[in-house]
Amino acid sequence: MTGGSDKRILSACGVRKAYATLTALDGVDLVVTEGSFHGLIGPNGSGKTTLLKCIAGAELPSDGTVTFLGRDITAATPAERARAGMSLKFQITSIVPNLTVYDNMLLSLQAEHSMAALMFSRTRDVLHDRVTALLAQFYLDGRASEPAGTLSHGQQQWLEIAMALSRDPQLLLLDEPTAGMSAQERRATGDLLGPIRERCSLLIVEHDLDFIKEICDTLTVLDQGRVVESGSTRVVQGSKKVKEAYLADV
Amino acid sequence: MIRSASSADTSGRQRRAIPWIEALLLAAFAVLPVLVDDFWVLFATRVLIVGLLALSFDLVWGYAGILSFGQALFFGMAGYSCALLATKLEITSILVLLPAAVVVGFLVALIMNFLILFGKRIPTPIFIALGTLTGSYVVERLARGWSYVGGQNGIPSLPRLTIGSYEIVEGRVFYYAALAILLLVYVGLRWLSRSQFGLVLAGIRLREPRMAFFGYRVQSYKAVAFALGGMIAGLSGCLYAFHEGYVGPGQLGPVLSTQAVLYVLFGGVGTLVGALLGVGIVDLFSYVLSQQWETGWPIVLGLLLLVVVMFRPKGLIGFLVPERERVGSFGSRSLIGKRQPPVGATDPLRP
Repeated sequence: MTGGSDKRILSACGVRKAYATLTALDGVDLVVTEGSFHGLIGPNGSGKTTLLKCIAGAELPSDGTVTFLGRDITAATPAERARAGMSLKFQITSIVPNLTVYDNMLLSLQAEHSMAALMFSRTRDVLHDRVTALLAQFYLDGRASEPAGTLSHGQQQWLEIAMALSRDPQLLLLDEPTAGMSAQERRATGDLLGPIRERCSLLIVEHDLDFIKEICDTLTVLDQGRVVESGSTRVVQGSKKVKEAYLADV
Repeated sequence: MIRSASSADTSGRQRRAIPWIEALLLAAFAVLPVLVDDFWVLFATRVLIVGLLALSFDLVWGYAGILSFGQALFFGMAGYSCALLATKLEITSILVLLPAAVVVGFLVALIMNFLILFGKRIPTPIFIALGTLTGSYVVERLARGWSYVGGQNGIPSLPRLTIGSYEIVEGRVFYYAALAILLLVYVGLRWLSRSQFGLVLAGIRLREPRMAFFGYRVQSYKAVAFALGGMIAGLSGCLYAFHEGYVGPGQLGPVLSTQAVLYVLFGGVGTLVGALLGVGIVDLFSYVLSQQWETGWPIVLGLLLLVVVMFRPKGLIGFLVPERERVGSFGSRSLIGKRQPPVGATDPLRP
């Protein structure tokens, strides 16, 4: 586990998200630095996924700002954020089950190409090697021509991660990547994520604390929409405040 | 051990039904006028022309996932515009009127795009359905009340389409002209729907929010599909007006818009050929039933459509075409297995 540089990739400042009768986030601050793996943990309903959605653009914050690579993206659309170098893997797999594994991967890669290039199918030939390399990296090359819906749950999660990584994002947002995985699949997922540290930062929401401790350099703990503690994994693990409030067994 | 992509591809290869259905349908359309009398030639010409309208709906709904209940708007606007060009300016050349119809369809679709599709948030299917339906209804009401375009009576006695000094007379000549246009549009749509653009449309149709997170400008793709649909519906509207020699408010309104939806739902969404089968079978059934029960036939037809839509949501084509073929392939077979993919690490989940 190695920490990243001090250069800020992402910072959320005073993010607040209120629904009709509920305040899901109440002035949350968060910083992710270059090359770091940052974990976002907290009990159910603490606001982890809402914060991730506000960062990814699936939800707009009621107040506060989100800055990515020095640019204020608080009101940017998901497509604009994706083009700026941010990538998201949803909590529930959102691959297209009726399309082949190959076509799913191709979809994630060809978003930057022009409509004309897509109409004349020039992208398929250009991107073929990249698609097959990514599928091989995630052990999915043997299933390339099968509908993605026929993959096991763990393989669907891997396909999702591969798709999210495909365009070399600067920041990868992962919402519970190991949900529903066996212990063996969780270990393999950790091994797959390790090498990406050299090329992108990671913000990960996860319930599996052992997994989080294993791969993350820094942690932010949320409870009832507020930050309880934030810092290096070792510091947060030892934090009395966190232990009292939430992480007695971390 | 990892199975290679090429072996998976070989095992996954399926026999395809759609090309066979297309070939049979084309052969039937090609020889039909030789085998039947003039009445049925006129009937079949209408099927070909309305088939274009059904194709336009299949493109926007079956491929791009835009639930348009306003395809008649483009159909009728193009019909009226071409009728006005013919009656006021005496332009009858098919080489001018058909491009004009395409332009009108495009411009109306552009307006509808800005009114309905573009916005900060993704419009819901219900919003789009009601928006397009309202557009169709409003323009029909306007046409009924506007004397310049004939009000309730529309514009009758349209001259025949011409090409040079040659008149395109209703019957076999018009039939083959309509068939040629339908074939061109069909081949174009088939190519487009199987291209990488078609793959993006499939992604948008099946997982729209996800596509935005990949960086696709989803609304722009939908706008292009919607505009293409408008252009094809416009083409259909012009041909229909000159085939019937008349254009009226009914060609703009919700009844025809809904009919286009039913044709495609009945035949099968998202296959193109299903839309044409839908038009042929529904119109043939309507005619046969109307000969049997002069007043009650719409009830029987309505029940039949209801049964198909409720119990066979994939339409009649669903009996012949498997789901995987219906969703489409986008050239995967031609590339996967052509080159060996780089060999990955050993799958940790395999013993």
